Amino acid sequence: MQIYLPIAEVSVNAFLLLGLGGIVGILSGMFGVGGGFLMTPLLFFIGIPPAVAVATEANQIVASSFSGVLAHFKRKTVDLRMGTVLLVGGLVGAALGVMVFNYLKAQGQVDLLVKLCYVVFLGVIGGLMFIESLKAIRNTKRGKAPKRKKHNWIHGLPLKMRFRVSGLYISVIPPLIVGVAVGVLAAIMGVGGGFIMVPAMIYLLGMPTKVVVGTSLFQIIFVTAFTTMLHATTNFTVDIVLAVLLLVGGVVGAQIGTRIGIKMKAEQLRILLAIMVLVVCGKLALELLLQPAELYSIGTEGH
Amino acid sequence: MRGFFAMISCWVLLASVAGAKEEVVLGLSRNTVSITTNFDGSEILVFGAVKRETPIPAGSDLEVIVTVAGPSYPVLVRRKEKRFGIWVNTDAVEVDRAPSFYAINTSGPLDDILSAVEDQRHKITIPQAIRSVGAPQSISDAGAFTQSLIRIRKKSNLYQRNEGAVTVEEQTLFRTSVTLPAALTEGGYDTRIYLMRGGSVVAQYETIIDVRKVGLERWLFKLSREQSLIYGLLSLAIAIAAGWGASAVFGLLRR
Repeated sequence: MQIYLPIAEVSVNAFLLLGLGGIVGILSGMFGVGGGFLMTPLLFFIGIPPAVAVATEANQIVASSFSGVLAHFKRKTVDLRMGTVLLVGGLVGAALGVMVFNYLKAQGQVDLLVKLCYVVFLGVIGGLMFIESLKAIRNTKRGKAPKRKKHNWIHGLPLKMRFRVSGLYISVIPPLIVGVAVGVLAAIMGVGGGFIMVPAMIYLLGMPTKVVVGTSLFQIIFVTAFTTMLHATTNFTVDIVLAVLLLVGGVVGAQIGTRIGIKMKAEQLRILLAIMVLVVCGKLALELLLQPAELYSIGTEGH
Repeated sequence: MRGFFAMISCWVLLASVAGAKEEVVLGLSRNTVSITTNFDGSEILVFGAVKRETPIPAGSDLEVIVTVAGPSYPVLVRRKEKRFGIWVNTDAVEVDRAPSFYAINTSGPLDDILSAVEDQRHKITIPQAIRSVGAPQSISDAGAFTQSLIRIRKKSNLYQRNEGAVTVEEQTLFRTSVTLPAALTEGGYDTRIYLMRGGSVVAQYETIIDVRKVGLERWLFKLSREQSLIYGLLSLAIAIAAGWGASAVFGLLRR
């Protein structure tokens, strides 16, 4: 069934979009990532103009994250206090990121920088997570108890705050910095930033994996809602019909994904996310390294 | 009923070329294309007759060219080059005006029925329909950018060259069909019919096919441009409602 999208001005298959939304929704619920880093390239591929894809994707992430976070609220796996601290940092970061983005756009190389950002961040994070979770799986097989609550320099900082749900008593400075960094990157790369934040929360802040997913989703809702409004009012690129098709699949997928995620072991969850991140990274790296079939591309100007 | 009137109103006579002995009488299967939610491209039948008061001129045969051009916009064409081992956008050329859609249907091989001079005067072929002036001085092969634009749009069926797609009967009746792809831009689609003899245009007729979004499509598009804040909030409200709805439904299912 073909549907004409009023803002994107292309006609697409409705079932294809429902299916894509569903798959990305499952991943989103399982790993606490918005799924934007997967969906946005997929939308480019089926012929949605990039500006519309990025803006509409933000809107869809709001829906799937909201659906996911409700499921986590029921299980009390959302650290609201930590989420709020991250959010404050995130909004500051997003505002900074938009300024950086506009500066790069004026230089004419924003596409390349976005892709390089993706490759570097996905590669480093995916690689580190993969190695760490392999070690953890090996250790549990040998019967060693995993070490938790490592004490490092982070615990020596001032302005300590108790995060009861996460079982942490740490300074608010590291979560704020993580929030800002994620906000900047999210604005530049046009994603919610979950795939950066989840590892940062696990490895930098030492939060338990189960709490990380819900808390990350909670923060993503607000950052992507902010982004959606920004795109809708300045660039007019949010396609509501496209968003509805994607989010119907997405919210259902997110519910299924959350249930799968809860049944799985934390190490397995992490290694799967690591593999997925590495695959996307590899694909983007190949795009930069191999000669493209079409050297020329069309961009509109003043339209 | 509206379509019927539209069809009737298209049967308009026009004396286009002063003193011409042959004139075009044209019909269109439709003169408006409505983009609805389930719009999946459209086909327009262009048909007509040649009106003449004198006998059919001897010598060369009558040939017909039909062109349909969508609204024109400036387009930025970029080229990638390998720098430091990776493929990077380097040069860019702005094409001043390029139609968003262009179909040219002819009754025979274009090179035989249309002379270069006439093509330049009437801007009939695709390269002529694109206006590109003043590429940056650093780029020596600006032509390659225009050619790539044509190549890319031909691939997505936005630019079509259909030689032999017009049937001409008894040098009097002609008809052809133009396929509009699903990815259409709104606007007036300039439709021209040229009668050709010996490579030159002997008569010309021009009309406009109106392509418009209607119903929900129109409403959403207008809302997004004129009330963008409300549109944005509406998008968010739908997202939140859908997220909550799915959660509630799954909650019920588990019970």
